[in-house]
Amino acid sequence: MDIRTTGGPATAEEMAAVDGLLGEPESLWEGGERRASDDHLAYGGRATRSRRHLLLPVLHAIQDRSGWVSRGALEYACRRLSIPPAEAYGVVSFYARFGLQPRGALSLHVCDDIACKCSGAEELCAALENAHGPSGVVWHRSPCLGLCDRAPAALVERAGMQHKDRQIAPFTLAQAESILGGGAWPEPATYSMPRQAQPKLLRRIGAVDPESLESYRLHGGFTALGRAEVIGSDAVIREITESRLLGRGGAAFPTGRKWESVAKAAARPHYLVCNADESEPGTFKDRVLMENDPFAIVEGMAIAALATGCEKGFLYVRTEYPLARRRIENAIAQARAQGILKLEIEVRRGAGAYICGEETALFNSIEGKRGEPRNKPPFPVDVGLFGKPTLVNNVETLLNVVDIVVEGGASFAATGTKDSTGTRLFCASGHVTRPGIYEVAMGTPLRALLDTAGARKVQAVLLGGAAGSFLTPDQIDVPLSFEGTRAIGATLGSGAVLVFDDTADMKQVLLRIARFFRDESCGQCVPCRVGTKRQEEILERMLGGRDGDGRSDVLLLSDIAQAMRDASICGLGQTAANAIASGLTQLKVLNV
Amino acid sequence: MSEAVFVGLPRRLVKLTIDGREFEVAEGSTILDACRRMQIDTPTLCQLDNLTPVNVCRVCVVEVEGSRVLVPACSRKVEAGMKVQTDSDRVRHSRRLVLELLASSVDMSLCSPQVHAWMGRYGATPSRFGDQVATAAQPVKIDNDLYVRDYSRCILCYKCVEACGVDAQNTFAIGVVGRGFDAHISTEFDTPLPDSACVYCGNCIGVCPTGALMFKSEHEMRAAGTWDESRQKVTETVCPYCGVGCMLELHVQDNSIVKVTSPLDHSVTSGHLCVKGRFGFEFVQRREAKR
Ligand SMILES: Cc1cc2nc3c(=O)[nH]c(=O)nc-3n(C[C@H](O)[C@H](O)[C@H](O)COP(=O)(O)O)c2cc1C
Ligand code: SF4
Ligand code: SF4
Ligand code: FES
Ligand code: FES
Repeated sequence: MDIRTTGGPATAEEMAAVDGLLGEPESLWEGGERRASDDHLAYGGRATRSRRHLLLPVLHAIQDRSGWVSRGALEYACRRLSIPPAEAYGVVSFYARFGLQPRGALSLHVCDDIACKCSGAEELCAALENAHGPSGVVWHRSPCLGLCDRAPAALVERAGMQHKDRQIAPFTLAQAESILGGGAWPEPATYSMPRQAQPKLLRRIGAVDPESLESYRLHGGFTALGRAEVIGSDAVIREITESRLLGRGGAAFPTGRKWESVAKAAARPHYLVCNADESEPGTFKDRVLMENDPFAIVEGMAIAALATGCEKGFLYVRTEYPLARRRIENAIAQARAQGILKLEIEVRRGAGAYICGEETALFNSIEGKRGEPRNKPPFPVDVGLFGKPTLVNNVETLLNVVDIVVEGGASFAATGTKDSTGTRLFCASGHVTRPGIYEVAMGTPLRALLDTAGARKVQAVLLGGAAGSFLTPDQIDVPLSFEGTRAIGATLGSGAVLVFDDTADMKQVLLRIARFFRDESCGQCVPCRVGTKRQEEILERMLGGRDGDGRSDVLLLSDIAQAMRDASICGLGQTAANAIASGLTQLKVLNV
Repeated sequence: MSEAVFVGLPRRLVKLTIDGREFEVAEGSTILDACRRMQIDTPTLCQLDNLTPVNVCRVCVVEVEGSRVLVPACSRKVEAGMKVQTDSDRVRHSRRLVLELLASSVDMSLCSPQVHAWMGRYGATPSRFGDQVATAAQPVKIDNDLYVRDYSRCILCYKCVEACGVDAQNTFAIGVVGRGFDAHISTEFDTPLPDSACVYCGNCIGVCPTGALMFKSEHEMRAAGTWDESRQKVTETVCPYCGVGCMLELHVQDNSIVKVTSPLDHSVTSGHLCVKGRFGFEFVQRREAKR
């Protein structure tokens, strides 16, 4: 392939940023200087192309250094990795976090998503708009940043030699002004202390030092891995199967069955992916786990790799979680240095795309491509990352695994219900007096959770985030289990519990959800690409009171919803109408 | 001629049921292959026999027993015992919505008569979303002498990207850019074609189902109102330039070549040509001398 570049050279700074990651180029053929031998000899093409998966890390390096991705820089990256510029342009433009227009070094991302709306994010954004112009230049509106327990939230970033990024919550206008004026950044937000009587998964949080392997050991760390090494792969998988653990990433797939398929897959190598992309609005449990108990996640990954024969692991974490990323990286480095962790684990940063939490989109993203989901079958256990058998598990799923290996599958299954075993983490936010993460046994009534979290005058609960659905006050006795929610046509989803009291403007919430899906659709398939757009338009005109005839618009919405549910490629399109449909039919938000 | 030639393992036959009729097709076939063999007309927009299935348009979806969602016939392989419905209410609904959603956002007037027939069959009424809806409308891109790009007609079927990339040309001059409703086909940084990697093989035009990509000659004649397919004759010939032997179809109107194609099922070209075969026909018509 002939890489044609016409955008002019990259700056020395940009080249240094790329070379800092990839090393110096060795020849003209990978973007270096022309040497005499290059005129007669071409070499290294395959080696260069085999590094294509480094495109996102390279783009992050450029963006971290300059605050945006210039044409020269992108084309230099293309030559270094042997990627056609048109294709690379398609990749950069896919991810919201990469800028293609010159920007200042400082960028401020302010969440205007559902939970933050309940805490004044709209007023905050309006004030910023007044003082600094519309979103997109100095400051940027952002979907949920996973800090809903301390809403409203923001993420601030400064590009340069010393790239810095930090999440701040609760975020105030005074802080925004100070940061934009060059002032110091407030301390990072971590978590709201969970308030359960007897936490299980959360027991180490706040007690263990998240940066110290020794401290983790003192809390019983790595005994599970030790036991797994003794009992071996088959026995571990047997325990997991016996535990009847269902995946906590949203799809509720039996973990044991998944592990068994990967372990048995003939093709090699096997890959392990820990899905830490957590971008479902209202969800922040994986962040709290990574920030406060990172060694346990590393241990869970080591056990999973051991049981399923994975040669290499990846942890894909959304870029909006800088502290979580650093703590995980530190945990991996310490465990490797001490020889406890034999598995090689690479931490990859997302780049502002909710869809990359979908497992096959995540593979494409790690491979350096647009995060477009793949059609299934084939399933990841057969054809996954780099076309190889791949085990994908959510952060919380892997944390459960650690406990199962120690206590045994049967004992684990004693908690919860018959079909939903163990405990589950729920993220309470919105109109509650005690927002945060709650660990409850599966089957606990939602009402109990709402009472503990301090919900009053409940108008509605959005269970499972934007991809979930609304519950009305008379549905809040539903048991929090997979089968219990299914029975009333709802889902536990990601564990988000967004509470709205009688002051909430549900119309604005519905609109925000519609905008979220329109923004986050990858655009690949027609039902979702055009469907999410039409859904937003129709909702806007219904709420705006235009076109009077609400009934025919409701019919249109339900027609679109059915096609999205039936014919979309992935779960995003398939669920993009759920919350809105339940808002209209259950909550009667529009009285139609 | 005594050496044995390996022709691959024999393919087993797989038995499945489509619309209540039992049928046998070779293992590895898609549901679409089976439907075609059974003479079940199945709408497709992003599928082409000479390209890798991308299954993005979703107009070919069918109902498969045991599957929660509908499945794309164009890429889903048949399995023994599969029970497929191609005309259930769910199928008809999704096919209708896909066509409606597409036609409400892009200009599909130049799609083949077959596409218009599907719209009729499924009762697609694109106007029902209202007239204030967002569309892909934009000016035609005319930046070179050979072909034009009218992306207000583009249904984002990915075919041109595949033909420009690994499925034919391996030039990678265009890609899918942006996300969601804003996704579109573009060169890097929207560079005009002459500055891009484009080699003018025109293979993207050859696969485009919507008229978004079009010979400049056709575009100009359409603008002038002189384009008339009923007056065109298609003459088959072999490209005179090199020794590969690509078959050309010369579309001739009023004794002038107005477009060049190659049949998809031709053993040499699979429908793909190079710049010479596709566009190097001017010498034939010696327009200067005629004037
Ligand atoms: C649009 C979309 C977004 C998703 N986002 C996430 C996510 O952020 N984290 C996650 O663990 N799973 C997410 N999933 C589910 C994954 O595809 C996958 O099922 C999960 O990671 C498997 O892990 P588990 O079996 O441990 O649950 C998402 C799915 C869809 C369709
Ligand atoms: S459903 Fe939406 S997000 Fe998923 S593949 Fe289709 S367009 Fe992309
Ligand atoms: S330009 Fe034509 S071939 Fe390319 S994606 Fe659009 S409709 Fe398909
Ligand atoms: S951080 Fe704002 S809604 Fe989650
Ligand atoms: S033809 Fe099957 S999805 Fe487009």
